[in-house]
Amino acid sequence: MTDPLKIWIIIFFLGVGTYLIRFSFLGLVGDRKLPKWFTQHLNYVGVAVMPGLIIPFLVWPDATGGALDAPRLIAAIAAFGIGMWRRSALWSVIAGITTLYTLMYILG
Amino acid sequence: MNINPTSSKSAFWLGYRDNIPFWLIVAPFGMLFGAVATEAGFTIIQTMIMTSFVVAGSSQFTALTLLQDGAPTLIILATSLAVNLRMAMYSAALVPHLGRAPLGMRALFAYFLVDQSYATSINAYTDNPEMTLIQKCRYFMGSFTCLLPVWLVSTYVGALIGAKIPPEYALDFAVPICFIALSAPMMRSLPHFMAALVSMGGTLIFISAPYSTGLLIAALLAMIAGVQTENWLKRRADND
Repeated sequence: MTDPLKIWIIIFFLGVGTYLIRFSFLGLVGDRKLPKWFTQHLNYVGVAVMPGLIIPFLVWPDATGGALDAPRLIAAIAAFGIGMWRRSALWSVIAGITTLYTLMYILG
Repeated sequence: MNINPTSSKSAFWLGYRDNIPFWLIVAPFGMLFGAVATEAGFTIIQTMIMTSFVVAGSSQFTALTLLQDGAPTLIILATSLAVNLRMAMYSAALVPHLGRAPLGMRALFAYFLVDQSYATSINAYTDNPEMTLIQKCRYFMGSFTCLLPVWLVSTYVGALIGAKIPPEYALDFAVPICFIALSAPMMRSLPHFMAALVSMGGTLIFISAPYSTGLLIAALLAMIAGVQTENWLKRRADND
């Protein structure tokens, strides 16, 4: 059983810290102009962060004890391809979930 | 569909609508968090306060895992906050779009700045450069109004059920599908592809960097790769 005080301390500082991270630029920079080279890099924030968040789940899925898993890999490719082609998160989610469940059902 | 992002009322609903697909992901993820938190010894009150105060699922999971491993408080905080440092980049990326909003509103937006609200908003702003500040603000509000209630209710349901969700549902895949759905529509050009490739390669190379900072190193390299590719393409076009 974890000490309740430790839990509260973690909740408090994780909450405050996370808020300050989110507030940082948006709150403090406001309408001041950012240098051009800086905003040019910012255009790539999404594609620089999110693929990196995805890859460990694909290469070492927890559910299979860390072994590459064909249904997960193919579902990920389907979700990515369809999402890019349709430029749509909805189609990406639908493609990913249907592919995963279909393959898991077939391969049992 | 004729919702027009350049009318203010529609901008809110467009932001709302664009985030509805993520109900499919946020709901199981929230339930999973609720269940895991109660298993880790959190009361329902602690679970709900954490989830509504932090509003950052992956860092909450990180904190729970480390708590269960008996890690010291400072290590738990450093690691879970490092997971959220990517949000500083989201915060910076939104400055050119939302920076002129009043401070109080920006303070509110900061609280609701999550992967989904950032990604769907920045996509809408890029696709519709004629959007005004008010429309951009409304779109952002629509995006988090869509997801926050689902996140809170599903966490609560998960905390009540508590029991393990059967592995056949493959809920472990909710997180990668979420980030795939967020990033696939962002692949606009070769530089974006290069950035994504470097991001994936870099994360694998720096996977054992302390306090899960590997992602941040990879992300910085990926942004540089994107800009360098962009500049290279520009130079090549100029030379032709």
